[in-house]
Parts: sequence; structure tokens; C-alpha cells
Amino acid sequence: MCGIVGLLIKKPALRAQLGELMVPMLIGMTERGPDSSGMAVFTQPVPDEKRKISLYCGSPQFDWQAFKSALTEKFKGVSLELRVNHAVMTTQSSPDEVRAWVARHHPDVHVLSVGRSIDLYKDVGLPAEVAQRYEFSKAVGSHLVGHTRMATESAVTPENAHPYTAGEDWCLVHNGSLANPGMLRRKLEKLGARFESDCDTEGACRYLHWRLEQGESLETALDHAFEDFDGFFTFLMGTADKLALVRDPFACKPAVVAETEDYVAIASEFRSLAHLPGVRNATVFEPKPAEVYSWTV
Amino acid sequence: MDGVTETKRFDLRSDTLRDVNKFLHGDLSGINTVRVENPDGAHSIAVGLNAPVHVDILGHAGYYAAGMNQLANVVVHGNAGPGVAENMMSGIVEVRGFASGGAGASAHGGRLIIRGDAGLRCGISLKGADIIVAGDVGSFSAFMAQAGRMLICGDAGDGLGDSLYEAVLYVRGEIRSLGSDARVEPMTAADHAAVKEMLEVAGLRHSSSEFKRVASARSLYHWNADANQEY
Repeated sequence: MCGIVGLLIKKPALRAQLGELMVPMLIGMTERGPDSSGMAVFTQPVPDEKRKISLYCGSPQFDWQAFKSALTEKFKGVSLELRVNHAVMTTQSSPDEVRAWVARHHPDVHVLSVGRSIDLYKDVGLPAEVAQRYEFSKAVGSHLVGHTRMATESAVTPENAHPYTAGEDWCLVHNGSLANPGMLRRKLEKLGARFESDCDTEGACRYLHWRLEQGESLETALDHAFEDFDGFFTFLMGTADKLALVRDPFACKPAVVAETEDYVAIASEFRSLAHLPGVRNATVFEPKPAEVYSWTV
Repeated sequence: MDGVTETKRFDLRSDTLRDVNKFLHGDLSGINTVRVENPDGAHSIAVGLNAPVHVDILGHAGYYAAGMNQLANVVVHGNAGPGVAENMMSGIVEVRGFASGGAGASAHGGRLIIRGDAGLRCGISLKGADIIVAGDVGSFSAFMAQAGRMLICGDAGDGLGDSLYEAVLYVRGEIRSLGSDARVEPMTAADHAAVKEMLEVAGLRHSSSEFKRVASARSLYHWNADANQEY
């Protein structure tokens, strides 16, 4: 089964430890049988005129230095922070232009996320391996969303791992399965959405983002989702300043929340929360079905 | 237990779950209490017991704690994950905090006491145990419950007692909705006595007059060709 973890730090002094606190949470999900793992971390935002773009290329032979030179030549104010086969690019150019250029010249490079705050890493492998490979323990920021995947409906590939993103500074992870992802996909593709994978979760992620873009509140968007999604889900969603959690009306998939004055931590099971400082005195509760919970930084 | 009061301690930060369960499945003569410290949400703690031993789980338990229990008295001093005391045959399982989904699922006998709220599908397919919940129960509780009793001191969610057989539910609070074929029935003297008995064993101080009885209307017991598949 998939595993979900989320952590939002309320006490600014603890933000430097975000990753350190998160890694045991992710590893705590290992007995759920994961094949892939991932994390989206929301860092201090870059200035408004800049954007961060998380990129991934599966090919071990990929020449990142040549790629960086080409980006620097083509786009404004480029910096590229490389981590194994992922990179976070910062630029003053339009992310749409970057995306189009990447798709045209490097079709094997995937754009994983775009925003002022979000950095994203996801790959095939056990939580401990992926966390070590991409140095999750060094993550610094206000909040993050993590996921361990046990594939049920699409192949085990890095693209099909979670988190998924759409637009800017928006991500979603999913425990569950949807029976009508094709319907969602056809609906959204007609409206201009471009899918990067064949995982059911991407449909949910892009659907909710599309509703939010129409000006709907998250609550209203999720009310529509209860009608339009056929399946089971616990979704954990991240925005530039929020974490939000919802379980389907049948609460088929687990979730537990621990809240203290310093943080809010969310996981599929308590075992991922047990190591957190002060958790013995935390308010621990199980979110009710079909209720939207959100926490702001 | 012949006056023997030996206590065995385990710490799940250093001992393995297998150590604990192997010990509990072995020869327990001379042992009357087993304490499990730092359970930290581990799965399947104290499952499949078959001896009159007392087990204290000192923290939160994960999936299936005290599943298939026989004779033992297991107390979770915290919250329990999904499926606590599922398929219990006898003995007593108590959860001091809340219990997640499927608590007491298909339990044949014994008593499950939940001091906090119970999640969805509590007592699903109940087959003879007593389940006493001091708080609320989630939706679809007692679905297809065949025998046994549930005492719900708080509210019940949607679809309570859907497709009930012969289990009887007593509810003190609001019922958001009843499932197919479940109906509220008048409390008889025997029902008041049953509620009093369960309140007493759980140390709860409500009055039996605050409870209503929910049982099967038995209209699903026989095929109805005129129902057009709608019940």
C-alpha cells in the first residue's frame, strides 16, 4: 500500500531540521511495501521575478554540464543545482518557455515541478535509498509532502512515482486508486492539460489544480472531486503556504495526524510519527472521511 | 493463577515484535502480566493469544493489535490502528484512546471496550462478541453483524447496521442514518438489563434509559422478487 507523510513546521527555528525530521517518517512507511519514493519540499520562496524548476532525467549518460550550458545560453539568470539525476533550475525566464524548450530539445528530461517554493525529487527505490540518494535529510523549508508508492495500476517508473504537480507550487500525493483516471484525463486534455505519466494520481492532481485555477476554494474543488472521482483516496496536498488532507467518504485509506505547538505531522500510520519530538504530548487524531483539513504555515 | 505475579517486560525499541509474540505464544506458566513498552504503532502486537494472560501495550498500536484473541486481557494504553481485536474469540481487549477502522471485525466472542471513538466499520460482520464504545462510531458500523451486541455511548455515522442479522445495537447518541433493514425498536426489560450489564463492566455511568435499540427488521432474510433490487 502507498504511504503518505507530511510535515509542516510552525516554529521557524525548526525549519532547518525539516528534512532530518522527515526521513524517519518516510522510512516508517517501508513495511507498506513501497517500490518508489518521493518528496516535495516548500523552501523559502525565490523573488517574484524568478522561478524554480525541478527536472529529472532517467538516462545515466545524460550530460548535465552540456545541458546547463545550453540553458544558461538560452535563458535568463540561470542557476542549476544538480543532485544525481535530478536538478533544480532557477531562472528569470518564463517556465512555460523553459518547459517547451526542454520538451523540444531534451524529450527525456521531465519537468517535475515549477514554482517559487517547491523542489521535487522522486524515484524508484525504497524510502531509505531514495532519501539518501537525494539527501532528503538536508531539506530545509516550512513544509513538505512525502510519499512511498506501491504501484497497483501503472508501471513502476520514476515518472509514475509521487508527488505529482500541476501549475505552480501545487503538489499532491495519493494513497488509494481511481477507477476513472482515463475519464479525468480526457476531460482535462480537452482543456489543455498535458500529462507526464499514465498514473491515476496525475489525473486527480491536474483535476484539482484546474478547479483551483477556476477560482474555486479547495473545499469546493474537493466537493466536485467526491462526485467526479470513482475510487478510493487519501490525498495530501501542498501549496506555497499550506498542507491539506482529505480522505474519501468511505475512509478506505488510513491517515493519522499529530499536532503540537511546533509542528503538524501527517502520516498513513502512527509508526511514522513515533520518533517526532514531543509526540507523546501531541494531539493525535484520525481525520474524518470527506472532511478537508488544512494547515497554514 | 496460583498467586503468581511475575511481570515480563518488552521494549519494542530494542526487542523485536517476533520476540514479543513468540513469548506470548509460548509457555506462560508463572507469568501473569506482559508489558510492551514503546509500541510506536507496530503492527500485530499480541495477536493470536490463547492464554489468560494480561498484556499492557504502553502506547499507540498499529494494525491488528490483539487480533484473534482468546482468553487474554489486552489493554492498549493509547490508540489502536485498523482491525483491533478482529476475529476475537474470547477474553477482553480494551483501547484507552481511539480505535481506527474495522475495530472488532468479525469477533466471535469476548469483549472489546473502546474508551475513545471508533472509526468506520466498527463491528463489521460481528459474530458474537460485545463491543462497548464510550465515544462515537464511524459510518457502516455493524454492517452484516450476525450475533453479539454493540453498545455505542456516542453518535453513530451513516449506514448503521446495514444488512443486520441477529446482532443488537444500543445507541445513546444520534444516528446519522440507519442502513438497509436496520430499525429502531422499543427497549424491553431484557434490553435495559443488557445495557446496564455492559455499562457496568465498562465502568460507564450512563442510564440505560438513554439508549435506543437497533435491530434487524429481517426483511432481507427472504428474497423478494417484487423489490426490483432496491432495498
